[in-house]
Amino acid sequence: MARDVVYRLESVRQEYDGRVVLDIDRLDIARGETLAVIGPSGSGKSTLLRLLQFLEAPSEGRVSFEGREMNGRVALATRRRVSTVFQRPIALTRSVEANVAYGIELRGRRPDAGEIRGLLEALDLAPLARRPAASLSGGEIQRLAVARALATRPDVLLLDEPTANLDPRNVRLVETLVQERRALGMTIVLATHQIFQARRLADRIALLLDGRIAEAGPAQALLDRPADARTRAFLSGEMIY
Amino acid sequence: MTDQFASPELLRIVALTLEVSGAALLIATLAGVPVGALVGLLHFPGRRLVTLALYTGMGLPPVVVGLFVYLLLSRSGPAGGLGWLFTPAAMVAAQAIIAFPLVAGLTMSAVSGVERTVYQQVVALGASSWQTGWTVLREARIGVTAAIVAAFGAIISEVGAVMMVGGNIEGQTRVLTTAIVLHTRQGEFAMASALGLTLISLAFVANALLLRLQGGVRDR
Amino acid sequence: MVRQAWRRLAIVLLGLLLSAGGGDAKAGRVLRLATTTSTEDTGLLHAILPSFEQRCGCRVDVVAVGTGQAIALGRRGDADVLLVHARALEEQFVAEGHGGPRQPVMYNDFVIVGPAGDPAHAARARTAAEAFRRIAARSAAFASRGDKSGTHVAEQAIWQAAGVCHEGSWYRSLGQGMGETLTLANEVPAYTLTDRGTWLSMRGRLDGLRLLVGGKNPAENEDPSLRNEYSVIVVSARRHPGVAEGLAQQFAGWLRSPGTQQAIGRFGVERYGQALFHPDAGRQR
Repeated sequence: MARDVVYRLESVRQEYDGRVVLDIDRLDIARGETLAVIGPSGSGKSTLLRLLQFLEAPSEGRVSFEGREMNGRVALATRRRVSTVFQRPIALTRSVEANVAYGIELRGRRPDAGEIRGLLEALDLAPLARRPAASLSGGEIQRLAVARALATRPDVLLLDEPTANLDPRNVRLVETLVQERRALGMTIVLATHQIFQARRLADRIALLLDGRIAEAGPAQALLDRPADARTRAFLSGEMIY
Repeated sequence: MTDQFASPELLRIVALTLEVSGAALLIATLAGVPVGALVGLLHFPGRRLVTLALYTGMGLPPVVVGLFVYLLLSRSGPAGGLGWLFTPAAMVAAQAIIAFPLVAGLTMSAVSGVERTVYQQVVALGASSWQTGWTVLREARIGVTAAIVAAFGAIISEVGAVMMVGGNIEGQTRVLTTAIVLHTRQGEFAMASALGLTLISLAFVANALLLRLQGGVRDR
Repeated sequence: MVRQAWRRLAIVLLGLLLSAGGGDAKAGRVLRLATTTSTEDTGLLHAILPSFEQRCGCRVDVVAVGTGQAIALGRRGDADVLLVHARALEEQFVAEGHGGPRQPVMYNDFVIVGPAGDPAHAARARTAAEAFRRIAARSAAFASRGDKSGTHVAEQAIWQAAGVCHEGSWYRSLGQGMGETLTLANEVPAYTLTDRGTWLSMRGRLDGLRLLVGGKNPAENEDPSLRNEYSVIVVSARRHPGVAEGLAQQFAGWLRSPGTQQAIGRFGVERYGQALFHPDAGRQR
């Protein structure tokens, strides 16, 4: 491959209580690329992201990170190079500022007040900096989670429906940040059911249906000239809405 | 009676009350919070049994604890060589034993009450096992403070244990509760009531301080 | 700022821990005296002990509990010396080799007190046993300490001498000390057997009760079953290594010395109009 492969999934299956939620033959994620994973709810997007964050090991198959197979216990240092923004993020019971600094402190680094302030401002959270995070609305917590993940300066950023609860203005703030990181070479995996967002942000798109990759390819190509009938069906369903 | 009340003897009694219960609380907290946190965080074989033991320990009658500690520290007992019987050390030991299950059990309960989603979130942000445990414990801090407050209330008001292992010796092991028993026994109800009010005031002030600390932590 | 507050609290508590555990290093020698609550409640020990503490350069820790418990402390070597007043139990203690001999120190007497109205006409009795018979006959309320104390042991002996049964709701066995028993007797009101010393020291607070049998002072109290003898018993260091036998012997000697015996005989006279205890060291046993 011309570009460096960060993740390689081979014959990966994930099962919960006998139910197969993910079944991927092969998936490569290159360094610096932004991959959007689209698909209906329950198609396995969140599970895939959990595997990439090393929160779980697959029931079968291999997940490799930078060429090394990740089986069993993943080294803390490796785990820390990946940060996730969850679909329903949890704010810790401390101030907004302290929440953003949390990931940095975990890594034993001293939080840079300027950097934190910058992130908060970029997400329009600066006026809330000292407030207890528990008093934030759902949308504000979502933005807080983005700031918090970015503050850790990860090599890989995983986003699970990061703008689900946001109004258009705030969606734009988040997407601006994501695009900035993309420009800086961060590897990004974005799970979303918003096709337009995928179009705006991604280099490549993979469509997940019932845990399987129906089709994957360059973003524009997949959206404008989908090869697979299922992709066409999914996209047209989306576009009606 | 007022100058009998404000006497150096009374000051000694109040000081000893605070020393004994304060020291016992410290020991129980240092031991109980980690134990309670670990039991609340980890799943291990026998967890249910430990939980049951802690809950049972929370209901131990102080006088029974006093009896056991006395038998332990008696010269004829296994730990008689320590020479702690009828000294404040024995009282601290007995009260620490009473307080420990309260601190550990209520800490465990508070930690268990933290939602599992917090764990996943924290791990995804890069926390090690220890850091995860510590963060969860911090999330449970209101419950943990309540545990310490409850334990303090229990030991500062108990009389059975300190009476039995302390002996209510004038000037040496007399605390507020045993002094109240003494004066009641002698029919001096006015003095006993005054001591009782002193005890309640002490507990009030101590709890106010603890709550203040907790409140300060909440919105940091 | 909050971290500072927690740190300060921890330091304070640590200080408490050290001061509480440290104890009295400077006191030097300590003599542990186990005695009864009724003895301590009279205030006698509080009055005379400082003199001994000065003399021996030691500290006397008084543990005042029920008679049974005081003797049990001696049995386990947790007390160095006993000052109690339950003859049968004392003799058993010495016979079992835990210490001794029993050395007489002082005596006072028991009296029967009861409701001011005296419904059972106990005051008319010439002996304690007869008074108890009258009380039982009338099923008049009676409060017993019920705690195997010296007083309780004496009370049981009188019931036995009286030959009457004391079962019934009128007989209340409390399991408590003399002070509590008198307080309850005052409330009900009920008859009870008490040592004169406690009676005298608490009389001011017991206006529902009146002294009915025993006379105004021990000299007038002719019934031998109402005599209450106090002995000092040194616990054996051979049997219980670690007890301060030397210091205990010194204490026993001092307690029975003429000067102390005089002090004992004077105690309470000013306050109650009569002595609470009568020196007994000179008596042959």
